[in-house]
Amino acid sequence: MKIKPGTIMGVCTGLAVFILIAAFPFWYGGLKPKAAPDIDLNTPEINALTEKQCVTSTEYMKTEHMKLLNQWRNDVVRNGSRTYIAPDGRQFDKSLTRTCLACHSNKEQFCTRCHNYSGANPRCWDCHSETASAAARKAIILKEKVNLHGGH
Amino acid sequence: MVDINRRLLLKAAGISAFGTIFPSVGYLISAHAQEVISKNTAPSAKRWAMLMDISKCPAGCRDCIDACHGIHNVPLINEPGQEIRWIQKVPFSNAFPSQENPYSDISLKKREPVIMCNHCSNPPCVRVCPTQATFKRKDGIVMMDYHRCIGCRFCIAACPYGARSMNFRNPRPYIGSINPDFPTRTKGVVEKCNFCEERLAVGLPPACVAACRHKALIFGDLLAGESEIRTILRNNNAFRRRPELGTEPHVFYTG
Ligand code: SF4
Ligand code: SF4
Repeated sequence: MKIKPGTIMGVCTGLAVFILIAAFPFWYGGLKPKAAPDIDLNTPEINALTEKQCVTSTEYMKTEHMKLLNQWRNDVVRNGSRTYIAPDGRQFDKSLTRTCLACHSNKEQFCTRCHNYSGANPRCWDCHSETASAAARKAIILKEKVNLHGGH
Repeated sequence: MVDINRRLLLKAAGISAFGTIFPSVGYLISAHAQEVISKNTAPSAKRWAMLMDISKCPAGCRDCIDACHGIHNVPLINEPGQEIRWIQKVPFSNAFPSQENPYSDISLKKREPVIMCNHCSNPPCVRVCPTQATFKRKDGIVMMDYHRCIGCRFCIAACPYGARSMNFRNPRPYIGSINPDFPTRTKGVVEKCNFCEERLAVGLPPACVAACRHKALIFGDLLAGESEIRTILRNNNAFRRRPELGTEPHVFYTG
């Protein structure tokens, strides 16, 4: 039996195309290393804080904020518990829009950038507003000031 | 032989029938137990209730509805069967179908009671909800956890008052201006009046009550003996929607 050179060529081309397609995730991701997202903390509300500290440690918030938010959600909706007491004693409204977004008023540069980078696709924004009301943004600054005043 | 086979067959049928019925029996028992527990603990908590004086509500006024729907991001969808309503005004005969007679006061027939979720003490919607997305709080508010709702609509079928609405489509394009302090809902989720629990939590009365210039809506704690609503109920003949169903509605009407 004689194999025609054309057939070998065809099989090789086919294999090459197959390997190229099968390896898509490797060469697409590997050739374009993605820079870590630039998380932007530069908002008027954060800048106005005397002490730039989230509701709990930054380390914890970086990796576990979704757990905290789930806990807040169940506390508020199912148990009617609405006040979060931070490890340092500060008190916060357990609210995504009135607390988190009041400081992080730049959702695109803060939440979205990191979620896109890590491929996370949270459904929060289907219902919750992407921006806090002006009143909530003002209140977070006042709360901080009042608290510092009380601490002296 | 034939007899034994029939007996076996009947036994098997009996057992499987019992098995089919049993979960619901067990469910009814647990629902009853829950009810007893909440009744026993009631005196230490509040029991919120609403009262409407129908005679004080002028025809055409929509202040309470606009306030509620505005603050809660209730979409305005005009397609039949797809409307979302937390609170509405309906003809007297619709709200109280069995309480009209051919000789009743003509002005009564023209009145339009405001209807909403009754925050029943014995709510069928809670009993049927498979995910506990609908549940009853200690203070009597029948609450929805929209995160859990799977849109099965059992609750819509169970509620005898038509108090619930289904989001058949994404509601956001139908909301005039979104109140960022309250979430919207999403397609595939049921919604209803929450007695403004988010306002009660910060010491404010429900939005409809605050918006009514005619003082037709009274809201308060039934367990506080001197509350306004308790006093009115003590001194007046109030009625409720379809009390014969045993759901114990907590929206009362006078006038
Ligand atoms: S009025 Fe309907 S939705 Fe409201 S508590 Fe009663 S049964 Fe449930
Ligand atoms: S539609 Fe939602 S709230 Fe209603 S019974 Fe189903 S899961 Fe529960």
